[in-house]
Amino acid sequence: MGINGTNHTISVLVSNEVGVLSRIVDLFSGRGYNIESLTVAPALESVYSRVTIVTQGDDDVIEQICKQLNRLIPVIKVANLSIGDAIEYEIGLLKVSVNDENRAEFMNIVAQANASIMDVNEKIYTVKIDGDEKKVQTFAELVRSFGIKEFVRSGKVAITKSGQFSTFKKQRDELVRVE
Amino acid sequence: MNKQMFSGAQILLKSLLKEGVEEIFGYPGGVVLPLYDALYMQNDIKHYLVRHEQAAVHAAEGYARVSGKAGVAIVTSGPGACNTITGLANAYYDGTPMVLITGQVNSKLIGGDAFQEADIVGITRSCCKHNYLVKDVRDLARIVKEAFYIATTGKKGPVVIDIPVDIFNAKYTFNYPKNVELVGYNPNYKGHPLQIQRAMQVLFEAKRPVIISGGGVVASNANRELTELATKLHIPVVHTLMGTGTYPDSLQTSLGMMGMHGNYCANLAVSNADVIFAIGTRFSDRITGCLKRFARDAQVIHIDIDPCSISKNVKATIPIVGDIKNVLNAMLTELSKSHHKINIELKDKWFSDIDEWKKKIAIPQKMSDKLSAITVLETIYEYTKKDEPIVSTEVGQHQMWTAQNFKFNKPRKLITSGGLGTMGFGFPAAMGAAVAKKDSYILNIAGDGSIQMNIQELMTCVDYKFKVINCIINNGYLGMVRQWQEKIYNEHYSQTKISSPDFVKLAESYGALGIRVEKEEEIVPALKKAIEFKGPCLIDFVCENFEMVYPWVLAGEPIDKVLLSRKEF
Repeated sequence: MGINGTNHTISVLVSNEVGVLSRIVDLFSGRGYNIESLTVAPALESVYSRVTIVTQGDDDVIEQICKQLNRLIPVIKVANLSIGDAIEYEIGLLKVSVNDENRAEFMNIVAQANASIMDVNEKIYTVKIDGDEKKVQTFAELVRSFGIKEFVRSGKVAITKSGQFSTFKKQRDELVRVE
Repeated sequence: MNKQMFSGAQILLKSLLKEGVEEIFGYPGGVVLPLYDALYMQNDIKHYLVRHEQAAVHAAEGYARVSGKAGVAIVTSGPGACNTITGLANAYYDGTPMVLITGQVNSKLIGGDAFQEADIVGITRSCCKHNYLVKDVRDLARIVKEAFYIATTGKKGPVVIDIPVDIFNAKYTFNYPKNVELVGYNPNYKGHPLQIQRAMQVLFEAKRPVIISGGGVVASNANRELTELATKLHIPVVHTLMGTGTYPDSLQTSLGMMGMHGNYCANLAVSNADVIFAIGTRFSDRITGCLKRFARDAQVIHIDIDPCSISKNVKATIPIVGDIKNVLNAMLTELSKSHHKINIELKDKWFSDIDEWKKKIAIPQKMSDKLSAITVLETIYEYTKKDEPIVSTEVGQHQMWTAQNFKFNKPRKLITSGGLGTMGFGFPAAMGAAVAKKDSYILNIAGDGSIQMNIQELMTCVDYKFKVINCIINNGYLGMVRQWQEKIYNEHYSQTKISSPDFVKLAESYGALGIRVEKEEEIVPALKKAIEFKGPCLIDFVCENFEMVYPWVLAGEPIDKVLLSRKEF
């Protein structure tokens, strides 16, 4: 959670063309909005890409961000997923130091957290943890005392439960056309 | 199917013709040589050679503002393209439709730091509505079509097309697309009918309503609808700087310009309103003053084509996204269907308050025997008003004095840099206006500081015999900044005293007419001579150095805290 309000996950469908990500990132930096995390990948039809942005701000700021994103020509749809019920997901990859003394304890945490061991050598275990932001963060805190050598997060992807896009502000749906 | 092959340069020119472009501004260079060669080989498009790329873009903007069509400019890569940034930002801010063609180095060299290479798509991203880098000649016609569509629809603005030299030379057939297919771009033109009904209800019941008319009314050509609706609903109208001329200043219900240097009555009406009907305005800080204390008791109805402008600065009670002309027409239809009787007496008290506020005006300042800038501008206005000339301005004190002392009854008559506040805009914009409107002279009201920012364009004006009359309010200072220094920075005139060349000799050396005016009785004869002269003029009005712009609301203050003279300090 940021200092200027709550985290919001904004899902943006864009034309998969050169420079579209720069346009989005420039918009955030140029207007003083913060990007907490950002993921980009081609959509089902590869002419489109899905950009998922976690950002912070009060309702007015988020509304302005969504409107500004909508104004970009290659942006096709913008949805603020924090308003509807969304499923959020991210992956964390960690390299953790493990020795003979604490191996059992470590494996216990991994099992309980439903994490997976991806790679092992005599000193370092590479682990994958997936789930919502909180789960990834909590797991990292739990194994911190073992010694985390590297920690990589994917950033969040999200999808609405209903399969229907929510508009970024329902009571103002005349402001945007989101099919 | 037409199988004839054309070069990219020819395809571009043919596409421009399809868009109805007949006059363009530009400056050649290495990578646009093929394009300039194609221009040389045809007679359909007239090219005006400027003396600086910034002027090409400002001229294109002046042309667009007067004609309502998209302005077009061509520049070369690297430095040529970089020089257009101010002009692009200016057009983007003020919502002026424009298409800028920039040359680019050979597409195989892009990214290799080639001679005169600049990442123009990257550099211009935040100061234009959209931009393109053409990578395949087969896309060129489609991109031009899209560029004009984007520039001239929705909230209008500049679009950049960056074309590598090899694309100009590549060959392809010419088939101009009939339609554009842009999934992500569908401006909403029709206002939401329920919102329109709600707005009408609020306007019917309003006791102290006021309309703020902004630049969007000009862009949408909705001044007639605005005047009709305001008259039928019996609502007074204030305008922003960009909304000048959208509501006739000659009407009793026009309160004139509002904002930092707006009329006392306009600012007071907005501050005391119970309903603000804002049409095509961004609510810039120059009109709202202190946002927290802006019209605290008012319900705000806000029409704009750009959803981003709504509730960005001032929260709208009833937002209506749509084309202003459409929405106002829908409101007029709603009004004619409704049985509501407009109760004029309901607003009697309101109009009597406004009449009281109208009496408070800026107090004249007589400081020395030198010419008063305000007298000069009043005299220019009185002498030229029968011709209804297009007036452009630079930025600063003279700009505000022009907005205050000239009365405009039609839109597209005052061409000024509103959002970006670009010194050096007025003169080249006046050239663009001269191209768009060839049957009259253009007045450019300038300061001695501003005019020196694009003075080189005198040569362009002489070459093409543009009848641009530059009226320089020469007070020896960067007056607006000096005014702030006097009031806010303890009269520390840091770097604001500015010297000028002998403008008369300068004009003459360019082949233009130069006149110096130092006495009131010389003003009219000078104007007469300038209007009769078949070419550009510089009139150097040697004015009082320390005159101030009043009314004045200090930055950050609420807009009803209006200073009317120095004595109020």
